[in-house]
Parts: sequence; C-alpha cells; structure tokens
Amino acid sequence: MADAGVLESLLRLVEKADGGIDSQDVAGSLSVDHQVVVGAVKSLQSLGEVIEAEQRSSKHWELTGEGSEIAEHGSHEARVFNAIPEEGMPQSQLMKLASGKVGFSKAMSSKWIRVDKGHEGGPRVFRTVESIVDSVREKLQLVQKGQSSKLEEKVKNELKKRKLLTEVTVKSYWITKGSNFSTTITKQETELTPEMIASGSWKEKKFKPYNFEAMGVAPDSGHLHPLMKVRTQFRQIFLEMGFTEMPTNNFIESSFWNFDSLFQPQQHPARDQHDTFFLSDPAMAHKFPEDYLERVKKVHSEGGYGSQGYKYDWKIEEAQKNILRTHTTAVSARMLYKLAQQEKFTPVKYFSIDRVFRNETLDATHLAEFHQIEGVVADYGLTLGDLMGVLHQFFTKLGITKLRFKPAYNPYTEPSMEVFSYHEGLKKWVEVGNSGVFRPEMLLPMGLPEGVSVIAWGLSLERPTMIKYGINNIRELVGHKVNLQMVYDSPVCRLDS
Amino acid sequence: MPTVSVKRDLLFQALGQTYTDEEFDELCFEFGLELDEITSEKDIISREQGDQKAEGASDVVLYKIDVPANRYDLLCLEGLVRGLQVFKEKLEAPRYRRVSPVNGDPQRLIITEETASVRPHAVAAVLRNITFTQERYDSFIELQEKLHQNICRKRTLVAIGTHDLDTISGPFTYTAKAPEEIRFRPLNQSQEYTATQLMSLYKTDSHLRHYLHIIEDKPLYPIIYDSNGVVLSMPPIINGDHSKISVNTRNVFIECTATDITKAKIVLDMMVTMFSEYCDEPFTVEEAEVVYPDGRMFSYPELAYRTETLSADFINHRVGIKETADSIAHLLTRMCLRSEVTGEADQIQVEIPPTRSDVIHACDIMEDAAMAYGFNNIIRTTPRTYTVANQLPLNKLTELLRTDLAAAGFTEALTFALCSREDIADKLGKNITETRAVHISNPKTAEFQVARTTLLPGLLKTVAANRKMALPLKLFEISDVVLKDEDKDVGACNNRRLCAVYYNKTPGFEVIHGLLDRLMQLLDVKPGRDHGYHIQASEDSTFFPGRCAEIFFGGKTIGRLGVLHPDVINAFDLTMPCSALDVDIEPFL
Repeated sequence: MADAGVLESLLRLVEKADGGIDSQDVAGSLSVDHQVVVGAVKSLQSLGEVIEAEQRSSKHWELTGEGSEIAEHGSHEARVFNAIPEEGMPQSQLMKLASGKVGFSKAMSSKWIRVDKGHEGGPRVFRTVESIVDSVREKLQLVQKGQSSKLEEKVKNELKKRKLLTEVTVKSYWITKGSNFSTTITKQETELTPEMIASGSWKEKKFKPYNFEAMGVAPDSGHLHPLMKVRTQFRQIFLEMGFTEMPTNNFIESSFWNFDSLFQPQQHPARDQHDTFFLSDPAMAHKFPEDYLERVKKVHSEGGYGSQGYKYDWKIEEAQKNILRTHTTAVSARMLYKLAQQEKFTPVKYFSIDRVFRNETLDATHLAEFHQIEGVVADYGLTLGDLMGVLHQFFTKLGITKLRFKPAYNPYTEPSMEVFSYHEGLKKWVEVGNSGVFRPEMLLPMGLPEGVSVIAWGLSLERPTMIKYGINNIRELVGHKVNLQMVYDSPVCRLDS
Repeated sequence: MPTVSVKRDLLFQALGQTYTDEEFDELCFEFGLELDEITSEKDIISREQGDQKAEGASDVVLYKIDVPANRYDLLCLEGLVRGLQVFKEKLEAPRYRRVSPVNGDPQRLIITEETASVRPHAVAAVLRNITFTQERYDSFIELQEKLHQNICRKRTLVAIGTHDLDTISGPFTYTAKAPEEIRFRPLNQSQEYTATQLMSLYKTDSHLRHYLHIIEDKPLYPIIYDSNGVVLSMPPIINGDHSKISVNTRNVFIECTATDITKAKIVLDMMVTMFSEYCDEPFTVEEAEVVYPDGRMFSYPELAYRTETLSADFINHRVGIKETADSIAHLLTRMCLRSEVTGEADQIQVEIPPTRSDVIHACDIMEDAAMAYGFNNIIRTTPRTYTVANQLPLNKLTELLRTDLAAAGFTEALTFALCSREDIADKLGKNITETRAVHISNPKTAEFQVARTTLLPGLLKTVAANRKMALPLKLFEISDVVLKDEDKDVGACNNRRLCAVYYNKTPGFEVIHGLLDRLMQLLDVKPGRDHGYHIQASEDSTFFPGRCAEIFFGGKTIGRLGVLHPDVINAFDLTMPCSALDVDIEPFL
C-alpha cells in the first residue's frame, strides 16, 4: 500500500479537479516523483471503484544536459561574444575558451564577430555589433518552463539536431472519480479470519476481490496409475456380472498347464523359443496329477473322446519345461481341472486380469509382458449364441455396442471367434478381442461332464487403456519409462463414457 | 497366421465373378479369412527397396489374404477358389481318387535303416499328365513354400521334394550317408559339391541357411537316389538339379521325408489334392509305394475319406440355432464336408475329405455348420448360469491398499516383472546367488534375464526416467515378485510385495517410516513386539550402513526400510538421497 499521505492528497486533488486530472500534474503539484503517484493510483484501483484511471501517453520536449547548461549560462556563441573585449582578443586565446570552437563558428555565421588575420601578433577577433540577442538560450528557457508549444516544430527539430533538445514519451494516468469515490480510505481485507468471525467485524470490512481467472493450487496428492485404474474398472465389470476372480499369482507355469492341458500340440509354433520365455532355473516342473497327465498324453497322441487326436509322439519332457506363462488361460485350465474334481459339477463364471509374457519382437504397441483380461463361463448346454450374448453384455459395459464376429482358429477353442467392434472414428471394424468354446479334447480329459460347455474370451488391458488415454507408445504407459506427469494428470476411468 | 498372396484378376477369373474390394473383404470375413492388404509387386518392391528398384515391376493387383493356421487347404489360389466356390454353391466339392498306373507297376521308394537316426519317414505320389502354365507352376512352388513354413515347421517335421519323373527312373532309395560321401549337382548350381561343401556354401544363402541346423550335426545326412544313382534330393535342404521340374514338366514325382509321419501324409495329400486339378484326368493321383526297412509297405497318397455321424440336435444345441437335419447337412456340404441325413432320427452323416485335416472332432464340424449358417446370423442369448462373484482376497487387499497409498501422497508406478540380473543383484549391492531368482534360458536381451525378486529396481528406474519432475518424488507399487520355491509344482512362486521410495534432497527416512506406520494403521496392526509390528536396526548391503531396519510382524520378518546406499543410488543413475520401504503383504491376508 502506497504512502497514506500521498493517497489522501491525491484523492483531495481528484475531488477538486473538474473532469479529471493527469497524474503528471499531480506529481507536480505534490512535488513527488511521478512513480509515487502511479503507485498510489494502483493502490486505489485495487480498492474497488474509488477512482477510475485511464492510461495515457503524451510526448513532450525536454532539454538535454547541454541544453540545460545553455539555458543557464547562454549559448556558446553568446559566451564567445561576451568574452571578447572592446579591443578584441587573439584568436588563439579565444580558442582556448570552453565554448571557443563551437561558439566561434556560430558567432561568425551570425556576423557578431570578425577576424583580422593580418593583425600584428597574429589573427585577432573583434566584435562587429554592440549587443546581441541570445535567441537559442531564450528558446531553451521556454522549453524549460514547459512552454515548448510556443516554438515552431522546425525550430525544435533544429535544436534536437544540435542535441540540445530531446522528445520524450511520458506515460501518465488520467484520473477521475469512481462510482465509490471517497476521500477517506477503507483498507480492504484479503481473507476472512477467525477473529473477524468471532467479532463480527467482517460485516464492516471490504474484501479484496479474487482473481477467478487464475488456476488454483494443485493439491499435494498421490496418483493411481492409468493402467491400474482401467484394471480396476474391468474387475468391477466382471464383479457386476457375477464373475469370480481366479488366482493368477503364478507367473511361472509348466508347459503342461500352459499348452498341453489346452490341447496345444507340442510342435505348435507358440511353443517355440522365439515366442516363449523358457526357464533355465528352475527348468522343469515335477508334480502333475498323474492320471490326468496320462489322459492328456493319450488325447494328443492317440485321440479319444470322439477326437482323432494329433497322432504324434507326445513327450513328458516337453510338458515339464517351465516357462513364463504366455496366457492366463493356463490358470483357467488349472481352475477347470479343479472344478472337474468336485464331487458334483457346479456352474462357474471366472475372470482374471494379470500379466502374461511373450518372447516377441518389441515395438510401439508390443512389449514382452502385458496384461491379459480373461472371462470364462462353464455350465451345461452353453451355446455359441450364449457366448455372443455374454460378449455383448460385457462390451456394452465398456461402451461398445456394435459387435460382429469372425470365424478364427485357436488350438484350444472350437468354434473360435474374433470379436470386432465398429470404430466410429476410424469408420471401420477393429478387432477388440478373441473368444471361443473350449475343445472337448481339453475339457473331457479333465473329467468335466460331457454336456458341460465352457465359453471364454480374452483381450489385452493395454490396448483399451491406450485408446482411452490417447497414448501411442506403450512405453509411455507401462514400465519405468512412464511419463509421471501423464500419471499425475490422467482423469478417472469410466469405460462406458 | 499364414498369408497367401494371389493375383486379384486371376482370383476373380477363377471365381467366375468380380467383386469390389469391400465385397470381397465381406466374403472373406464370413468365411473366416481376412483380406489383409491390397497391393502389387511394384508396391511391395517400392516399399522395401525404394521407388527406383520398383520401376518396371508388375503392377498387377495382389490380394494378401490371411488364412487360419489349420486350413492348409486354403494356402494356394486353387484351394482358396475351390473353398469359396463350394461355399457359394457354384461348385460341388471334387472327389479325390488314388489310381494305379496305367502301364506297369507303381513307383516305389525304398527306405533304408540308416535314415532311422535322422529322418525316418517318407511318403510319395505321382501327378501324371499334368499341364502347368506359368501361373500354375508358380502356385505349385509357392504352396510347397507355405507348407514348409507352416505345418512342416520350417522343414523340421516334413520336407517336400518335387521332381520331373521323366528324367529319373525308379525304384528310388531313401537312405542316409556321411556328408563327405554325398556328391551331386544341387538345384540351380553348375557343378557338383559334396554335402559338406554344400553346408558351407549355403551358410550365406538367405533362404537355405535357416534349414542347415536340422541335419548339420548329424553323422549321416538323408539322401534320395534313383536306380541309376542320380540324386533326387538331400532333404530337408535341397533338391538335385537333374530332376528339377519346369513349366513343361508332365509327370511329377513328389516325395516328402519326415520326422512326423502324420504330418507327412497331410502334406502329401495337400500337394496332390490342390494340383491334381490340372491332370488330364482331374483329381486323380497316381499311387506310389513306400517300403520301410522292416519290409512294411504302404501306398500313398492316403486320400482318406472319413465319416462321422452326428445329430442335428447336437449342432443346434452347441451353436444355439434351430435348423432341420436337412438344412444342417446342406450347410456342411457348403464347407466341403459332404453330408446327408441318414433318415434315422435326426442323424447326419458327414464325410470329411483328405483336404480337411483340421476336422478332428465333431466340434470342428459344429463350427463349420455355424460358419455356413453365418456367425452373425446367430441370435445372441444370455446364459441362465447363476453365480455369486468373489474377489481373490489377495487382489482385494491390494486394491484397497493401492487407493489408500495414493491417498497418503504416493504415486503408483507400474514396472516390468522381467529385468536383468544386474538390476536385482549387482546394482543393489547383492550377489545373484543370494537371490532366489528364477532365470530365463532364452532372453533376446539382458532386460529379460530374470524375473524380479524385488520391486525396488523398477521404482528406482522409474525415478531415473523422471528426474525432470519436481521433487520430492514419492512412488509406490504393489505387485508380484517371483521366487524359487521347492514346494510348488513348478519350483517357483509369486509373492505380493509393496515397495515405496522417497526421493528428495534429504533422505526422508521419517517419511518412509511414516508410510510404514500408516500402512500398519490401515491394516489395523498396532505397534508392538508380540502381535503387532516393530522395526529393528539391521544391516543390508542395499542400504546405507546404520540407516536400515528390518520390519517384523508377529515376530516374523516381513521386509525392510531405510536410506539407500550411495552406491545403489549411483548404480541407478540417481543423484539425490533416497529412502525405501519393501514389504511382503501376504502375511496380512
């Protein structure tokens, strides 16, 4: 807050002034620096409508340092003239004067003086006129008094050329009374305090207005990772649909549960070193349900349960190989086997969302590990139409209603369907998941009753998340190269909106 | 999924109809194919090698079609057209027949016992009086390549050799010899080489070098001779030049050598069913005999037709449709599965042709009925399955804690489960042998050597990648690590951990300690030595000496917290002090 004295003096001047007053003039009449007045204007403006101030800029002429000196002591030519006595003086002596050089030539061209070059003892300078009028000094004095308007532009420009005058731009305020004008100042409060509430003094106070254009202060908070937010939503959807969560906390799986139990033949390309991470330590799994293992071996190598089988030499050594699971369907297989061991079959709906691993070539959308979302329903008499119906309900909860299905191939489901949804933005059908009915060669050796069908589907968690949060490179989302600012700024996840 | 490239105009000509790209795409979708790309040779060359190289290349439009991995019968133009024509009911599925030679005895391939150690099986057949054109010939060669890449598993399981029968004379001998004893002029070479020389010659061959490993280390290499000692082929690497086929070849001898006899029979069936179309007597194949060392003799190709009988009710109930037996028989016939109602109840007899080796169970037939019916014509229904949902207790706890840790001001990270040995050992001041890490045998890079045994390296790498962010950085993760565990069937188990780091200009031990206290409060565990939790000074090479404590819950150690050792901070390319908390949450279940 500016000095209270200046504020009040300013307000009194504004009160008296008719139609307003310039801040420069205020500075003049209060004999303070203009900047002090500007400060006072700003302070008053912040108090509300006490005054109104309109910024103006004006140009005016000022003397330069040399100009001020001339206004005081006379022009160089006048000083030369005055220095010359009646009997004249030697030119050499004249030139030694401070104004000598400039003054001599100007006085000569004004014909105030003359030089007698042939004078005895060297050239000598004499006055040619009795008296002179120092008009340069007079003009400068006019400017000094603030009456530069009396001079013609041409004259002023000439003096500017002689570096005696300079034109300056002055910013000032045109101050008028505001709608709440008063010569007394009430100090505005910035914030409500407990004391004000207690005393009731807030009633008399005026409060400084807030700047509602500014951003607030960011809360000091932690943040959940976007992929995990989406995972939470998918979990929620499955729970809403009555699906029970499977224990997928086993990244290491035997080839038996990951492939063989799913009727995936041992020569299948997915079991290649190029696609799957194998373990060197612990390299082999040891415990298997023996009779089940025999049934799996048989269905692969000889067939059975109505199947021709693959008719190849099934090897326990291949089944024992430990790997990082390539899909959570390995867990589904364990769960379905467990279900088959129940005394009486009960229908189940299972889901899981967890990591799976592929020894693949990495790019902007593929990493060596990703999260697989999987849903499984086992019951008597489930149909392909039921699978489509469940998928329709599931995807509707994701906000996807336009679905169609393409026949596909998968070693452990028959029929197999790729799920496509119509992408309004891309104006085309895009694949959003895979689905199918588990093969009898997978289910019957487990011991599930003949009439039981198991329908299942899967999709990745990363892809819908990248679409949801507009992320193009998967590394910005998953892994340590994540952009934490993105994590901080990511909105809540509602999949259906 | 294999991709088959066919010339569009040739395809339409064979289909007897032209389609717009959209129409053809739609037809593919319905049939379980995918029109992956519309391109031309010129486009492909220009994309791969630049516009200049593409100049003069053909701009005939090519369709690249993705074919399901088990449909070997759709891997060439001939098969695709046949499949689609039958599907559209413009053609009846042909019947493939094995016939005896008109004159004389069948061709014979004799297997010697030396092959047992390297590649013990072989099958053979003859395509008699075939007429190739350039396109047919190209397709014939291309199909061999597709089969080699797919069902033959890059020639490991089966290798195909095709020969001009008029240049060789049977009987043929399939044997195995030491590489230095094998000498012949291989395909497209001007001189003879020994097998040993060939192996080094092909080391740099962009195509063949991928197959050398199959026999390279074997003492004996497989080799096929004719009765005059002419080399037909050295499977699975290369054929001889002598018997090579050309567009003018009329009689083709096909041999497939294999380690898997089932697959060899399928491959031979595919080759002959696809191309017998061009024989003077279409869809007939001349048999050949194969004699095993023990004297057993087989006639090939098998061209076996199998019948399955199933009920309309089975199909209707599995698919969720209500069609008559007649209608279903009709649907199946459109899928090259010739079917008729038996007249007995709703029974349908289905004939599975040799081209449909993918049909091994009634469920495969059911799928074909559904495809012919149209997946998208099936009414979507809601199963009546009543179940009550349960969360996995471990995940339920994890979800609850995540939310509250974020509420405590920490931000969630999501780091990789796989990492380098260095990350979990050297960089943390540990020896890899003290960790219970599981090791990966075939990592492509060091990033995938082990599964993590702690979440700490991932969090520190996350900090390092985000050093431009305002301090302090407060991160956490609740996720699984993997540890060796003798008690598990696979010898390893996951362990759910909670890890948090505080990274700032000051170490902030009190912050991380405060987080532990808050965590215990959330878990309703009171401070205390017996039933509660407490921390106790401890030494750990990951932490700064005197700045580490072990966390006990119910008297058992469950983790550690402390200020990280400066060497650890440096190892992760960090510059500020950092404190960390690492705790097992499974005891709180």
